[in-house]
Amino acid sequence: MTINTTRRGFLKSAAAAGAVLLVGARPDGALAAASSETAQFNPFVKIDADGTVTAIVKHFEKGQGPATGLPTLIAEEIGLRMDQIEYEFAPSDPQVYNNLLFGPFQGTGGSTAMANSWMQYRQAGAAAREMLINAAAQSWGVAASDVTIEEGIVNAGDKSAPIADFVAAASQLEAPVEPRLKDPADFRLIGNEAVRRKDSAIKGNGQAMYAMDVHLPNQMIAMIKRPESRGGIATGFDDSASKEVKGYINATVLPNQAGVAVYAENTWAAIQARDALEVEWDMSGAETRDSDQIKAEIMDALEAEATYNVNKADVAAVSAAIEGADQVVEKTFYFPLLAHAPMEPLNCTIEQTAEGNIVLHDGSQMPTGPHMAYQQIFQLPPEKIQINTMLAGGSFGRRATPDADYQVEAALAFVVTDRSRPVKLVWTREDDIRSGYYRPAFGHKARVGLNAEGEIVGWQHQVAGQSIMKGTPFEAVVVHGGVDHSSVEGIADSPYEIPGMALGLTDTPKATSVLWWRSVGHTHTAYTMETMMDLAAQAAGRDPVEFRLAHLSDASDPDQQRKAAVLKLATEKAGWGTAPEGRSQGIAVHKSFGSYVAEVVEISGDPESGIKIEKVTCAVDCGIAVNPDVVKAQMEGGIGYGIGHVMRDQITLTSGAVDQYNFPDYEPLRIGDIAAIDVHIVPSAEAPTGVGEPGTPPSAPALANAITAMSGLHMAELPMAENGVSFV
Amino acid sequence: MALTLKLNGATHTVDAEPGTPLLWVIRDELKLTGTKFGCGVASCGACTVHLNGEPVRSCQTYIEDVEDAEITTIEAVGDDKIGAAVQQAWVELDVVQCGYCQSGQVMSAVGLLSENAKPSVEEIDTYMAGNACRCATYQRIRAGIQRASDILEA
Repeated sequence: MTINTTRRGFLKSAAAAGAVLLVGARPDGALAAASSETAQFNPFVKIDADGTVTAIVKHFEKGQGPATGLPTLIAEEIGLRMDQIEYEFAPSDPQVYNNLLFGPFQGTGGSTAMANSWMQYRQAGAAAREMLINAAAQSWGVAASDVTIEEGIVNAGDKSAPIADFVAAASQLEAPVEPRLKDPADFRLIGNEAVRRKDSAIKGNGQAMYAMDVHLPNQMIAMIKRPESRGGIATGFDDSASKEVKGYINATVLPNQAGVAVYAENTWAAIQARDALEVEWDMSGAETRDSDQIKAEIMDALEAEATYNVNKADVAAVSAAIEGADQVVEKTFYFPLLAHAPMEPLNCTIEQTAEGNIVLHDGSQMPTGPHMAYQQIFQLPPEKIQINTMLAGGSFGRRATPDADYQVEAALAFVVTDRSRPVKLVWTREDDIRSGYYRPAFGHKARVGLNAEGEIVGWQHQVAGQSIMKGTPFEAVVVHGGVDHSSVEGIADSPYEIPGMALGLTDTPKATSVLWWRSVGHTHTAYTMETMMDLAAQAAGRDPVEFRLAHLSDASDPDQQRKAAVLKLATEKAGWGTAPEGRSQGIAVHKSFGSYVAEVVEISGDPESGIKIEKVTCAVDCGIAVNPDVVKAQMEGGIGYGIGHVMRDQITLTSGAVDQYNFPDYEPLRIGDIAAIDVHIVPSAEAPTGVGEPGTPPSAPALANAITAMSGLHMAELPMAENGVSFV
Repeated sequence: MALTLKLNGATHTVDAEPGTPLLWVIRDELKLTGTKFGCGVASCGACTVHLNGEPVRSCQTYIEDVEDAEITTIEAVGDDKIGAAVQQAWVELDVVQCGYCQSGQVMSAVGLLSENAKPSVEEIDTYMAGNACRCATYQRIRAGIQRASDILEA
């Protein structure tokens, strides 16, 4: 992947009058500092002459907390209160603002925002502090070691001044090569549960600006009329009825013929004009299958020999061990297509400036994607393309498209105009639910053999589904020996000590466009692993928690010990085994994105008349919890996202066309669905790992295990509603 | 056609065709973007505004039906003591995540507390059932309403 670098100069807040201290990194990773007049790099921290400190946040904010977390790191190291630091989102610059775990690619995903920013932003803050202290020491004629910064005030003996007094002098100093980081014992903000989100007030009073809220002077609204089934090609249209809509401007077939762009003066006119448009489609290359056929292809693949022997197991030996076992537990699972359905329907706005630059206003999860695509579409060098990253109304993976799908769609709708008017592309909820990029459907077949002592002697596991990563820029990183790790993550790398594990994978043919969905492969692997663990424990006549701990017993393996620790904490806090009369509990524990999460779901009622989810108790080990309350919120949200979908949601196709339209037939989790969630964080000195996704994987199997414990019903096909289970 | 709206205490003249949802007049004509578009079919509650103090879904409320009503949006609901209490509680408890649904959540929460100063958990769950939050901030929404109730009682 070749990525051209951009020049600096696209920071949203132009340099204020007077000296400005910028601290960032050069492309080689070395710290760099300069005044605003001389800087040749994009910074992580900016301190204006008046002492205003701004964190330049390289990750987008979809609710998961980097607009709080990254400023926390800088404020901690400089010595500020949280109300003394502002934030703004970084411009597109894949050399400086790249995700350190993605290579030269700026983007948010895989629950990596904090994990990859942790040292980088602390170092930038520590460098700024050291420069301010050195400037103060010179000015006051004291030793730098005698100068401190507390709550934005520089102190030395009886001298005291705000940091603003030293910004000009500090901006003339060299950046330290290795600034001294704060001792974790001295942290005041990191790990402090009292630290509040930076974006709460504006999101509660309507002031928060999302891409959907962009109103550029003279902008047009564009909506795309798409074929009923993916792969249909627009060959012409009749807009005579659209012309009756006041505010309709015109329509044009997109250059790639994937649809017809309808332009209007406002959103309501665009909705009506698109509804009224008659399009001629060539459907000869369109998808025609039903989802039942796609499912059958997956289930057939589970019965054939797997294409890939993922863990290079001796399959014959494992098979023989299971054949010779005292008991065999066998289940075949199916996981349907799922839509992400973020609350803010996809949209973005493109304008061309007087200088001929292209500016994209977008809740941009992977700015490098559209930045590269736009160089091709507009035939412009990278420095002529700007991306204004705005708050995003959720994503769950949907905005992270390596092919920049909706941003490219907007660019195609813009490039065919005379570019005199900005174009705002707006998707409706129906576009969102019906236009692909789903969590792929997957099938699993698992056979577990147990000996007379109730111990696992063999575990044969086959996975089949459509690869997410093949054909994307991430293929080189994630696909090895043909195996897309994201199809088997959570099994292939499970910390469980399982003797005789054989893991096979078969890629099934492309069924629709697929995409990572909050926790990616763990959405199905955790469900299979953790419901099978329960079934195996039951067959062995052992307690599900004790059974799991027996497979996490290696005291020398921190991976097993951390997983065991969250399991113990969650069960202790949930009162495992002491549920009140009429209630049942289910447990699941899973490692994903470097974090360990255990969840106990407690339910009442029964499957026929309705199950009530009374309580979810969660324990998480994510290393150092930078913002503990944000970590708790992410667990709460991850649990709700996982449970909400397995209860009743799926995307199905009839003759290639998506059957669902909007929330009434893709029902979101509602407030009454989960009565309470209780989150506990394991204290840790380890570097931070992910929290955006790891709350999701254990939630569905913990619920399933609770239902099985209550009724004996095991649900191997999702959603649970397909098994006759209802919820109240 | 020209229509007169009473919104957030001021009178506005807008040019809109009959059948236009109030949502799009608020967002596109009046440029008040706190009221959100989420589903367009009154299924998510992101577009909730008050008509004479009652929460309604503005995506299914037509412009010709509201000419005589007092319309309040998220931008002005904090001028009222119940709205201010809800917004204060939302900040205290960090209810929000992505935040896109929260204007609607706040508008519905104010509607609930306006008719029921001390709602039970069941009453909260019933009243708020039409406001979807894909981030699943529901536990904090529930706590936020209870906290706002306490603030108002104090």
